[in-house]
Amino acid sequence: MSQAAANAMALGLQSCETCMLLTRPAAGAHEGRCPRCGSETHFRKPASLQRTAALVVAAAICYIPANLLPVMNTTTSSGSETDTILQGVVLLWSPTGWPLALIVLFASVMIPSAKILALGYLLVTVQRGSVRNSGQRVRLYRIVELIGRWSMVDVFVATFTAALVQLQPLMSIAPGPGLVFFAAVVVLTMLAAESFDPRLIWDPSSEQEADDV
Amino acid sequence: MIPDTYSQPVDPDLIACLDCDLLQRIPLLEPGASACCPRCGKELCRSRDDVKHRTLPLLLAAASLYAIAISSPMLGISAVGREASTTVFGGAEQLWRDGREAVAALVLFTAVVAPALQIAFVLAMEFAGRRQEPPRWVRTLLRHHVLTKTWSMIEVMMLGVLVALIKISELATVIPGAAMYALGVLIFLLAAIQSSFDPRAIWDRVEWAEVRRAGSAVQNEATP
Repeated sequence: MSQAAANAMALGLQSCETCMLLTRPAAGAHEGRCPRCGSETHFRKPASLQRTAALVVAAAICYIPANLLPVMNTTTSSGSETDTILQGVVLLWSPTGWPLALIVLFASVMIPSAKILALGYLLVTVQRGSVRNSGQRVRLYRIVELIGRWSMVDVFVATFTAALVQLQPLMSIAPGPGLVFFAAVVVLTMLAAESFDPRLIWDPSSEQEADDV
Repeated sequence: MIPDTYSQPVDPDLIACLDCDLLQRIPLLEPGASACCPRCGKELCRSRDDVKHRTLPLLLAAASLYAIAISSPMLGISAVGREASTTVFGGAEQLWRDGREAVAALVLFTAVVAPALQIAFVLAMEFAGRRQEPPRWVRTLLRHHVLTKTWSMIEVMMLGVLVALIKISELATVIPGAAMYALGVLIFLLAAIQSSFDPRAIWDRVEWAEVRRAGSAVQNEATP
């Protein structure tokens, strides 16, 4: 038996994504129902590429106002000023504060943009039926899944800074409109990662092996 | 739409990798050992026989720390003779008052609701799962357990609070509250619970969805 024939889908078998029970759906059906946990089972997540692509595009659009609009408005007795995410990083950058600035830079700037780019890359390679670097691509997907939540850091920073610094009329800090878009980017990219089916990465190479046999 | 008919189970020892669909047989695992997919390296299952007895005490500790973490002050501030402090709820409340309702809801969900559900679900499953025949609702909890894990962001909040603390310390004196220490320990407890709780052991014993459906069908036939 070749490697390719060992794919569950090639044998008409579905693995339950909730409890991992291996089942055979009714003849001719593409969806089944897990007899153990009752969840819907599929060969591949339904419309995975379309859903992921839609969510990634939405995240990329929200990413623009998230970076351009202020996330924090500071009002002091001498006036008020606004900070975007990047300005916040620059403000934190000092001889003692630079590790903190790096954390915020990573969590708020690098991770969201890297996630959007990585998911875009995965979508394009799967769409093209690429057979190369499947192992690396699935690892990239796992990293995206793992680090995605950490971009919420800036939302929490703004939340607690604004909640604490309420020393009217001396000084007060309020969350800016950019924060809403930033939170949207985090949620949308997390949902995008969840709707992507990593098994699609392996399908082209399995089919190729099946053809070779 | 979920099909009405249940799929046919195949060999219970065979599973397909969720990341690459490779069909494989799970070997018998030594306590603490894990089985990984030979093609893509995904961890398929881990034997938790050596650590599963720790789950319950860890859960009880986590539940009490969680209660402290959400009820006591997280950060305090003192500047020019004025003092103020905030809790997790206070953070969400201020966001709401400033007109960022959606973000407030997200903060409340990821920092308060999801962690509570995560602890409560595993706690309920630990108790109910001990019975010879776990009740049906255990199946529902198991199904949603992964979701609570994804959206519970205690550790991310902790980092956010630390950054906020250092940021504000340039403007005023910041006093870390009891909630911060509780959260710091809670992160490790939640990680330990995750690695000692064994969902597979419950799946192995839980009553199948199919059985329940078949049972009610028999009852319906018997009533008239």
